[in-house]
Amino acid sequence: MATKQGFFSRLFDGKHAVISIPYFWFIMLAAIPILIILKISLSEMQGTSVSNMIDWSNGWPKLTLNFSSYQFIFSDSLYLKTYLSSIQYALLTTLICLVIGYPFAYFMARSPKHLQPMLLMLIMLPFWTSFLLRIYAWKTLLENNGIINNALMSLGVIDTPIAMMNTSFSLMVGMVYSYLPFMILPLYANLSKLDIRYLEAAADLGTSPFKAFWLITVPLSKAGIIAGSMLVFIPTIGEYVIPELLGGSSTLMIGRVLWNEFFSNNDWPMASAVAVVMILLILVPMAIYNKSQAEAEAK
Amino acid sequence: MKYAFSKTFLALMAVGLVTVSCGQSENKPAENINEAVATANAPEEKILNIYNWSDYIAPDTIENFEKETGIKVRYDVFDSNEILHAKLIAKNTGYDIVVPSSNWAKQQIEGGLFQKLDKAKLTNWKNLDEGILKQMEGVDPGNQYLVDWMWSYNTVGINEDKVKAALGDTPMPENAWDLVFNPTYTSKLKACGITYLDTPTDVFQAALHYLNKPVFTASNDDYQAAFDMLMKVRPDIKKFNSGGQIEDLAGGNVCVAFGWAGDFNLARKRSIENKSEQKIVALVPKTGGLIFMDTMAIPADAKHPNNAHLFMNYIMQPKVTAAITNEVTYANPNKAATEFVDEEIRNNKSIYLSDEDIAKLVPAGVEGQEAKRTLTRFYTKFKSGV
Repeated sequence: MATKQGFFSRLFDGKHAVISIPYFWFIMLAAIPILIILKISLSEMQGTSVSNMIDWSNGWPKLTLNFSSYQFIFSDSLYLKTYLSSIQYALLTTLICLVIGYPFAYFMARSPKHLQPMLLMLIMLPFWTSFLLRIYAWKTLLENNGIINNALMSLGVIDTPIAMMNTSFSLMVGMVYSYLPFMILPLYANLSKLDIRYLEAAADLGTSPFKAFWLITVPLSKAGIIAGSMLVFIPTIGEYVIPELLGGSSTLMIGRVLWNEFFSNNDWPMASAVAVVMILLILVPMAIYNKSQAEAEAK
Repeated sequence: MKYAFSKTFLALMAVGLVTVSCGQSENKPAENINEAVATANAPEEKILNIYNWSDYIAPDTIENFEKETGIKVRYDVFDSNEILHAKLIAKNTGYDIVVPSSNWAKQQIEGGLFQKLDKAKLTNWKNLDEGILKQMEGVDPGNQYLVDWMWSYNTVGINEDKVKAALGDTPMPENAWDLVFNPTYTSKLKACGITYLDTPTDVFQAALHYLNKPVFTASNDDYQAAFDMLMKVRPDIKKFNSGGQIEDLAGGNVCVAFGWAGDFNLARKRSIENKSEQKIVALVPKTGGLIFMDTMAIPADAKHPNNAHLFMNYIMQPKVTAAITNEVTYANPNKAATEFVDEEIRNNKSIYLSDEDIAKLVPAGVEGQEAKRTLTRFYTKFKSGV
């Protein structure tokens, strides 16, 4: 058999065809779009269009790379401050989700087996309503003349409404509320697989339940904690809708800055550069996650 | 392994580059072909796609047009020029008529995003007001691309009783702009709520106008001066919001707004309809407001340009456009329509301005790319303090 023929028959056999689908998906929906963004970020805005990076007018390609957008990102403190503030909000959201979500997932995993499917469904239930509607609902709850303030005032607890809307508080409420299920689900999946016999052995050997939790349950659920944290942290960094609807005018989030670059300044290269830096920011935690996953599998 | 990886990577790069450059080389010829096809195919399918501002049409405008012509209209709405602009730049909007404000339309015309109007099809053109057409020539020389939909101006709107109560002994300022830009007044009005449009260009244009600086050709120092002035009133501003001012004023959440005169009159109309006690008034500043015209235009790649012309001509009928004015309380550019406008609106001096006030209006214009960047940066600093 000739090698050429072997190559083609291998290419079209079932196994490779199946594997090639996710690769195709990755290339079409992740790699190429990111490359296009990268390309725009290295171009320049000319009126209502983006300059050509490759100029063919001389008969051969002439590549022009324009790094001014990246220079600008690092010369204006706004971007650094916004990235830091976005990371800060994302970290805080992740932490609060973990603190609320862990006991949640823990007791779900420990509850009677026949109740678990129902509990799981209750976690998913909010997804049946549109995300936007749920955020709007918080608006009517937290407003100055909203449900919470009105209730407290009619009960005589407070005289003047508490300003909750358009503050960091309302922003955090919205983010934690929206992303909590993404923390609970991987934690639950992990904790429900935990072998209860480890804890029994620990108890037999005289360990207190509290100590056993920290020494056995938590380390064993590390993969779940990391998965949940990534699922919360990564989307919250770039979150645009929640800060826009619930955040204050002084809330700095990278999503808003990106919007400004793209729509107000009409500067696509700059907007793309901001996005590329953000992708890099997200890639770092992703790499950590992948490494820990690989380590977990190696064990 | 390493070798294989770099090979895959190279292949990826190649695929990326090919797609990207294909996308570009296709752009221009495709546009021309589309245009040619659109004009050659005289009998169009009976469909028209319109993209207009929200709250900007009478309930029966579309219905009557569909009945008259048998053309099915899909009517979508937006609430910021920025969104529309980005869509037009990205091309293939699918819309046959879009309604940008004239200053944005200027850039869009220059970018070749619109097609020229066929005036022969616009038999009702004669109804249009010469004065407004002249104003439009500033952005569309020779009136070749745009037909005004409605017009209004950026100004100050107030809840009269609440403002008087908040000001106490201090009399109303001679120049209405003082209510939103002068700390003497804003510090008192803070209590009942001040709101601004959330649009960097609008805020800075008005601030520059208040400081008597050039509005569109400002220097860095001018922007700095406007910024310094705005920072003095920053603590007194409750809200930045473009879409919700009608609600906020009519509901009594705020008492002073920097925004669109048309919206203030709409808030006035709503609070009268709801028999609420809020008395909303659009003020006409002594130094003038900043005019804006929302204009109909046909995107270069529109698939139904004939239907679009039919619709524009339909809108230019006096009764049709008068009905829209009666609904949305914005002035129309149609001289023949004035007699069909409700008396209350026609005699409202903040909608149909006196000749003197019209002369004082600051004409629409547009900043350069650099100036836009400078002012957006100042605006972010103004809003968030960074």
